[in-house]
Amino acid sequence: MERLNSIEQLRALAARITADRDPQIPVIVISAGTCGQASGANDLIRIAKREILANGLADRIALRVTGCHGFCQAEPSAVIEPDGTFYPKLGIKEMARVVHAVGHGEVAQDLLWRDPGTRRRVQKQSDIPFFRAQTRTILASNQKVDPIRIYTYIENGGYSALAKVLWSGDPSRVVEEVKASGLRGRGGAGFPTGRKWELLANQPNGRPKCLVCNGDEGDPGAYMDRSVLEGNPHSVIEGMLIGAYATGAAEGVVYVRTEYPLAIKHLIIALRQAREIGLLGSGILGTGFHFDIRIVKGAGAFVCGEETALMRSVEGERGEPRPRPPYPVEKGIEGRPTVINNVETWANIPLIVSGGAAAFARTGAPGNTGTKIFSLVGKVKNTGLVEVPMGVTIGEIVNEIGGGPSGRSEIKAVQTGGPSGGCIPASMFDLPIDYESLAAAGSIMGSGGMIVMDQSTCMVDVARYFMNFLKDESCGKCFTCRKGTQRMWEILDDIASGRGEPEQLDLLEELAAVVKDTAMCGLGQTAATPVLSTLRYFREEYRTHIERKYCPATVCRSLFQYRVIAEKCTGCALCVRVCPSGAITGPRKEPHNLDQSKCIKCRACADVCKFDAIAGDAIVAVPSR
Amino acid sequence: MITLSINGLPLTVEPGTTLLEAARFLGIEIPTLCHMDGLTPYGACRLCVVEIGSAPNAKLVSSCTYPAQEGLKVRTGSARVVRARRMILELLLASCPQSKAIQDLASAHDVRRQRFRQEHETCILCGLCVRMCAEQMMAKAIGFRGRGERRSVGTPFDEPSEVCRLCGGCMYVCPACQLRCTFNEPEKAICGGCANLSAPCLEKPGFDDLMCYMAPCAACEIRKD
Repeated sequence: MERLNSIEQLRALAARITADRDPQIPVIVISAGTCGQASGANDLIRIAKREILANGLADRIALRVTGCHGFCQAEPSAVIEPDGTFYPKLGIKEMARVVHAVGHGEVAQDLLWRDPGTRRRVQKQSDIPFFRAQTRTILASNQKVDPIRIYTYIENGGYSALAKVLWSGDPSRVVEEVKASGLRGRGGAGFPTGRKWELLANQPNGRPKCLVCNGDEGDPGAYMDRSVLEGNPHSVIEGMLIGAYATGAAEGVVYVRTEYPLAIKHLIIALRQAREIGLLGSGILGTGFHFDIRIVKGAGAFVCGEETALMRSVEGERGEPRPRPPYPVEKGIEGRPTVINNVETWANIPLIVSGGAAAFARTGAPGNTGTKIFSLVGKVKNTGLVEVPMGVTIGEIVNEIGGGPSGRSEIKAVQTGGPSGGCIPASMFDLPIDYESLAAAGSIMGSGGMIVMDQSTCMVDVARYFMNFLKDESCGKCFTCRKGTQRMWEILDDIASGRGEPEQLDLLEELAAVVKDTAMCGLGQTAATPVLSTLRYFREEYRTHIERKYCPATVCRSLFQYRVIAEKCTGCALCVRVCPSGAITGPRKEPHNLDQSKCIKCRACADVCKFDAIAGDAIVAVPSR
Repeated sequence: MITLSINGLPLTVEPGTTLLEAARFLGIEIPTLCHMDGLTPYGACRLCVVEIGSAPNAKLVSSCTYPAQEGLKVRTGSARVVRARRMILELLLASCPQSKAIQDLASAHDVRRQRFRQEHETCILCGLCVRMCAEQMMAKAIGFRGRGERRSVGTPFDEPSEVCRLCGGCMYVCPACQLRCTFNEPEKAICGGCANLSAPCLEKPGFDDLMCYMAPCAACEIRKD
């Protein structure tokens, strides 16, 4: 790899790569993030290569293996450039047909995505509702860039933002630009990034400054940082380079979870290539600017996403938070001034620099500029990574992009912000998604997890689930977080198992408020949110659990029993076949019998019944205490 | 010098003074279990919380770790502080009911009941022993392991420590469960600090083989009987 010794050489290289490529040649783009590979993308790549070679199409079709495109529901998928034809859920045979069709300039109509509502086939990716309603400023690059080839990043304008700031030669202008963009930290707390940088830049020049990319994404069901690190690691590297130039930092650390092996692999390759080409290390692009980045792998503690715990972990100590002040920007890793930003924040920096702060600030809402990636999961038709301007409503994401409920049941609530976030009921779906509105509604932005729940979800069970997660993941250093999460879980478990007492509800609320007030770090201070938000919006459900000893969503197994509704049952015997414990019996064409003593309440019958003939009733006799 | 006010009383302190030290200078009592002069402030027990700032941005911080800041308004006994402190004491009482120190604190704060399921834990993980061992005795024989509810104090891999000098400092500083001992499980004991102690350990048969640490004597008495 030739080393770039000046900004002109970088520009010349970008021009040369672009000129070398024939824009008429179709490119098969295969989405192969961890998720894509798990659903079979590696097979698709193999088949595509074989078919291209076997049919002598090597100079007529190009193949690009990229990170995740975000449409999980459709994995493994492929997009054909330049016309944007989208093929979802491809198998080995289908892939061969796609190659064949591309080779002949055709479209394999029967493989196209089909709208579940209208049943019509949609050809272009940009016409699919899931993609159409998004503003993909960051995720779009995932589709254009091969993460292990730095040239594809440079071809797509990569490192031009770095060249721009090096050319301008004024670090303070970069800080001003980021401040003017209004970018706020995407890790959850929403602290203005520009202000953080300014504080770092103004730190007395005693010890070398440090930049950290926080890729310790621990929220269950959230994977936007992973997809950026896997799909476009250079955008993070470029963001950190710009940050280093602006603040005078000399060293960078990317903290990634060990659970993200592909992200680590791609990062290692990206860092090596950037170093070889002269974009990292000393004398970057022939200027006097030097900066290097190393990778630190997290050992699997949720709390290490908290910045002070992360710093301790980077230092090689136990991942435990420490009280602030002093803030990391004053005293961070090994006592050096440190700025910690989330993966997505770093990935936004090149966009701000190249497009200008004003253009960036036009997206989103005032005070909440830019886009945010959410991982939309749960009971919606289209799950996946969703990038939308800040300020859109929850309803737009759930109903337009997500396509509404996946089953027959109505959507009940959305849980935002991971385990420390709260549940927002469907009645509040016109709430705009920004830091302040979510906080006012009793939830948090968090890093962007969004779990959609329908009527079959019990809110007490949800709170119990998250509390179980938090009591395991609390580092245990401060007493109220450690004991508070344990005790909250204990009370929730009591309520969900039918041992709940009315006064426990007040105790739970009181305890939750104190944990929120007194815990040392962000984990503890938000640990009570699942409890407080479900109590706020679904108190009636808690009451039903305690007073009637009944779980309306039929989730808490001690609090309901199944019954076959004789009038509705057609005797189709579907439930008889799925029942694992042989509890349902009965001749065909006649209402079935359900033996309570054998029923294990696995819900299989209720899920499979097409006539809603399985009901979950309250157990009349209240279990003895 | 930094000027701040605590409960309305103005006070000038040196930079780096914590709110706890400042309050104590004024003679204002703030309960703590994990603080000891001479050891690094840790902020684990949360009992020493005080309220700073004014509404709506008022918040509770642990006074043992929070440095005094110019113009800071501190309230050590506001309703919010008292509510939090009482809840913390109730939680402590539910977990370590035998501890005299916790009983006394609870009584002083008029905590007359505890509404949680009763537990009999022997350690509140205040970290005083760990800090004492590392910072004053320079031994680092004990440390924390595990996290969340599995967090505990002990030596690496529960092996008797080679660096422990049996100084007994860890037991001396223990605020909650004073005089811990594992008489009935000598293989788990590490420091033999009992040798520095008096009755009841001294009167045990086989005292010479005794190694002692990290479970309360009271509990071992109970288990033995």
